[in-house]
Amino acid sequence: MKKTKLRKSTVNNLITYAIVALFYIVVTVMIQTGNASRHMQSLLVPICVNVVLAVSLNLVIGFLGELSLGHAAFMSVGAYTGGLLSIYLKNAFPQIPVAVRFPISILAGGILAAIFGALVCVVVLRLKGDYLAIVTLAFGEILRSIVINLEFTGGASGLKGVPQNASFTYGIILVFITLFVIQNLAKSKHGRAIQALRDNTIAATSVGVNATRYKLLVFTIAAFFAGMAGVLYSHNYSILTAGTFDYNYSIEILVMVVLGGIGSVRGSVIAGALIAILPEMLRSLQDYRMLIYAIVLIVMMLFTSNEQLKLMVAKYSPVAAVKKAFAAKKVRKEEN
Amino acid sequence: MSFLSNFISGLSLGSIYALIALGYTMVYGIAKMLNFAHGDVIMVGAFTVIVVVNSLGLPGVVGILASVLICVLMGVTIERIAYKPLRSSPPLSVLITAIGVSYFLQSLALLIFGSTQKSFPKVFNVAPVHLGELTIKGESIETLAVTTIIMVGLTLFINKTKMGKAMRAVSEDREAAELMGISVNRTITVTFAIGSALAAVAGLFFGATYGFIGPYSGAMPGIKAFVAAVFGGIGSIPGAMLGGILLGIIENLAKAYISTELSDAIVFGVLVLVLLVKPTGLLGKKINEKV
Repeated sequence: MKKTKLRKSTVNNLITYAIVALFYIVVTVMIQTGNASRHMQSLLVPICVNVVLAVSLNLVIGFLGELSLGHAAFMSVGAYTGGLLSIYLKNAFPQIPVAVRFPISILAGGILAAIFGALVCVVVLRLKGDYLAIVTLAFGEILRSIVINLEFTGGASGLKGVPQNASFTYGIILVFITLFVIQNLAKSKHGRAIQALRDNTIAATSVGVNATRYKLLVFTIAAFFAGMAGVLYSHNYSILTAGTFDYNYSIEILVMVVLGGIGSVRGSVIAGALIAILPEMLRSLQDYRMLIYAIVLIVMMLFTSNEQLKLMVAKYSPVAAVKKAFAAKKVRKEEN
Repeated sequence: MSFLSNFISGLSLGSIYALIALGYTMVYGIAKMLNFAHGDVIMVGAFTVIVVVNSLGLPGVVGILASVLICVLMGVTIERIAYKPLRSSPPLSVLITAIGVSYFLQSLALLIFGSTQKSFPKVFNVAPVHLGELTIKGESIETLAVTTIIMVGLTLFINKTKMGKAMRAVSEDREAAELMGISVNRTITVTFAIGSALAAVAGLFFGATYGFIGPYSGAMPGIKAFVAAVFGGIGSIPGAMLGGILLGIIENLAKAYISTELSDAIVFGVLVLVLLVKPTGLLGKKINEKV
């Protein structure tokens, strides 16, 4: 019998799907058997929101190699669009069932956020690195002060009355769609082109990779998913305030990406979930949460970017030791 | 007349931005990194003055000296611990580390001083000047006077001294400077020390102008000063001064004539516009990328 061998990247992607599916099954069983506390259940939607945000930001940071500090702003575009649309549809067309209305809102929020993402990208096309990061941050702040000053968004007091339609199932479906699109994009021809741009822009453009097009593509897709996560977020709480989506929130998403490992989709999934659960588990450490985030950021960057520290990690890390043992075994097998 | 008084308080706010922007632009020019935590050094400087003057009851001059000293020590320590190990890493890693440092300083201040803003002591007592109908606030006068002296001094330091020459050499070509016997590490340390000292002075005037300081007080002026540095052309010292002053005037006039709430949006809108038209800023040099 001939064994069909899957590609390594496919196996990797399947593992990520499996983790999410397993999580969903375990939690559903726990809820059915009454083992999940209300408190735990209230964390499920934020987990999904975080995972979608982290995975989509990882597309920009890990695959395109640019830093966007305006991810929370795209999220807020989605949150407000979806929230306002749901309120309107609920009042104007009460006969539309939630199962139709909510996905329409999610899609609308995503699309408007994607349009914003594309607009921001057109503006920052000529910039890169630090300049790009600071301009995305500026965009976030501009958007926030505009939202606070608008009438129909509820201004500084916030938007009330968004129907609370978000549920864990919707969240998990959104996570699956995000993973499917982003993992397949990363694996495709386009994904390789994007990563080539990250590794060496000049070399990539000289072999015909269209830098403008791919930058635009990445920003639009990342904003699209951030917007959808925003809609999920707005339908989970009874009040939506613009102050939530300041640049601290963008940095929190950045912490998830860095903690999970820049460029690792599975890492973002796990770190996103962890950051949602952590503050609840460490209630006594609530005051120290930000301090811990800051130290995590610094230490992670030092240990992954400094050559000497990287070597030290490789020497003492158990993961690396296991990998080395496997590699040695493989070599021995091939020799036999 | 109210236009003139708005203009002067804009000039005073702008010179605070210029002081902070100088720190950004010098570090960017020499260490080729964006020190995101620079804004929070202002906050630390201002809190030092509050602790020394309000809690310990020492005179204002001691507070100023202590604030400059602590900021310099902190700036150099941050550089040594967080940035130096990443000297040869991609800019993205350094930027994320700097964001981490900024977050660290903010949350540390939050733990120590709490989230309520503390009132800033009156360090100077310059009486307001009345010129006909026009009144110039004492804070504006002292800010303008001190920043002018500092800017002249800094320009002389950069252009006339040996250390200044070394700084210019390192910012132009680090490897070549090293080959000429310039200690790059020492130059970068001195740059961080000067930048942090300027931030401490800026923190002093910021506190004197606004009256209250909280853990997040440094973030906004920090980001705006960065905008000013980019506006004037990052890496350029006259650019940072010009950008800072222009930005302060724009912000104050926008506050007075358009809308207080939208003034931040207008300031950032200016940044976006400038970068669209001239991505290297007003006085920035265009550098062609070499393969």
